[in-house]
Amino acid sequence: MDTTEKMKTENLNAWFGPKQALKEITLSIKANVVTAIIGPSGCGKSTFIRTLNRMHELVPEARISGQVLLDGQNIYADEVDPVQIRRRVGMVFQKPNPFPTMSIYDNVAAGLKLAGAKKGQALDEIVQKSLQQATLWDEVKDDLRKPGTSISGGQQQRLCIARALAVNPEVILMDEPCSALDPIATAKIETLIRQLAENYTVVIVTHNMQQAARVSDFTAFFYLGKLIEYGETNALFENPKSELTEKYITGKFG
Amino acid sequence: MKIKITGDKIFRFSAGIIVASAAVILIASVYILTTGSTEVLQRFGLDFFMGTNWNPVEGRESFGVLPYLLGTLVTSGIALLIGVPLSLGIAIFLAEMAPKAIRVPVSYLIELLAAVPSVIFGLWGLFVLRFWVLNYIEIPVNANLGWIPIFSGTPFGLDIFTAGIILAIMIIPTVASVSREVISAVPNSIREGAYSIGATKWEVIRHWVLSYGRSGILGAIILGLGRAIGETMAVTMVIGNAVGPNAMPTSLFQPGQTLPSLIANGFLEAPTPLEKSAYIGAGLVLLLLSLLINILAHILVTRVLKVKGGAVE
Repeated sequence: MDTTEKMKTENLNAWFGPKQALKEITLSIKANVVTAIIGPSGCGKSTFIRTLNRMHELVPEARISGQVLLDGQNIYADEVDPVQIRRRVGMVFQKPNPFPTMSIYDNVAAGLKLAGAKKGQALDEIVQKSLQQATLWDEVKDDLRKPGTSISGGQQQRLCIARALAVNPEVILMDEPCSALDPIATAKIETLIRQLAENYTVVIVTHNMQQAARVSDFTAFFYLGKLIEYGETNALFENPKSELTEKYITGKFG
Repeated sequence: MKIKITGDKIFRFSAGIIVASAAVILIASVYILTTGSTEVLQRFGLDFFMGTNWNPVEGRESFGVLPYLLGTLVTSGIALLIGVPLSLGIAIFLAEMAPKAIRVPVSYLIELLAAVPSVIFGLWGLFVLRFWVLNYIEIPVNANLGWIPIFSGTPFGLDIFTAGIILAIMIIPTVASVSREVISAVPNSIREGAYSIGATKWEVIRHWVLSYGRSGILGAIILGLGRAIGETMAVTMVIGNAVGPNAMPTSLFQPGQTLPSLIANGFLEAPTPLEKSAYIGAGLVLLLLSLLINILAHILVTRVLKVKGGAVE
């Protein structure tokens, strides 16, 4: 598989106060594929993707060193506005978090309204398109005025995906997006992730190795804040180079 | 059949008594105030509520509480107008922006402010605040905008405006600390969701945090309003204590009177049963006003939630 590079971290370190969560991560994320980040709890995989859209720094006393490049530009450079980065690099969270005070429609439209979009047909169309992309439109098209929290957990998570898609990002980060969902809802999200990779660069954190094997093209294995191994998903699962990786994917620890 | 008495039953029974006593106290208060004011209500009827005179001289008695009712509403209104934005600013700063080293001591200080006896606020208002308000606000505003009726008159410093400011300061601890709790209770996942679609810190606070916490913040404001309406001592010391038609709050810069200050000023010296009855009647109006505002606020809170999706909680 030969694709161009969308994001890259160089010697990335991250801390929460005195505690170092990431150590010297250098990793290239390719465009229009799904990259899975796997590893046991506390290995830094969530911290890693939160450095990719500058969400990490929202935690008090959190800081980083090193570089994160998006299309070759360091997103931590002084002149870069984190708000712009977060529009280009969207995020879906572990627990579905639709905005409870907003309707389904407004949940999707919120990011566009922040960017100055006015009510009207154009906005309606983007909302519809985003919900269609998230394969939620048919289920909610008659209930757009209902609260975003009135639908099921799996639907809420797809609503959050539609919310992220609406601002037209280039990269979508997913932090264990199925961990709060049942198997049927999980299957729907996984199918959706494959579809999204046609147009977006997707990075997904998962503690579920089967999921990583099912949805991703590339996989990175993290352990104790370090990147242990990275490669094409099939190769990494069938023929791991590191002994640690092998032990983890065969379930000997984790 | 023998009824077994268990700990649970004893607890339920005693808890029931305590709950019932709250309702009994409220009903008893209304009852006592109503019977106490029967004399004045029978004699003046609707005029007691709509009249502006307050004349205890025997043979020429006339009692109307309208100026004090309006004075209560105006001073409380000023208190909310000034106190609520300040309180929300404090709450937002403490909950969303301040580092822990500032947040903890400042939160504590603000809560301590609630423990300051109101007579202390009154003294400070009488000896200090009054002159600041007079020299830096009332005289300049009166000189330039005196043609507007609410700024007219001869500023003196002991008036409705000063009382409103004292009340604003007094409601800040309540409104700010309850609002801070409400804002702190907004789940972080909501903030993160908003940041993830490109909201700035200010947008997150304005469109998400305040929106999610609006019922709690409204509750905080209602608590503050309750305090402002009922506050007696500090208001009595700075409001100028006008009586009769002069107490009609036509200008902010003239002495006025609230229902609590009217009662505090006159009750002990009321010589005749009719005058005493008038003061009790003023108390009844004050209690009904408080109840009415609380009920309206309750309706408002539930309506606001329903209209906007009802998904909060």
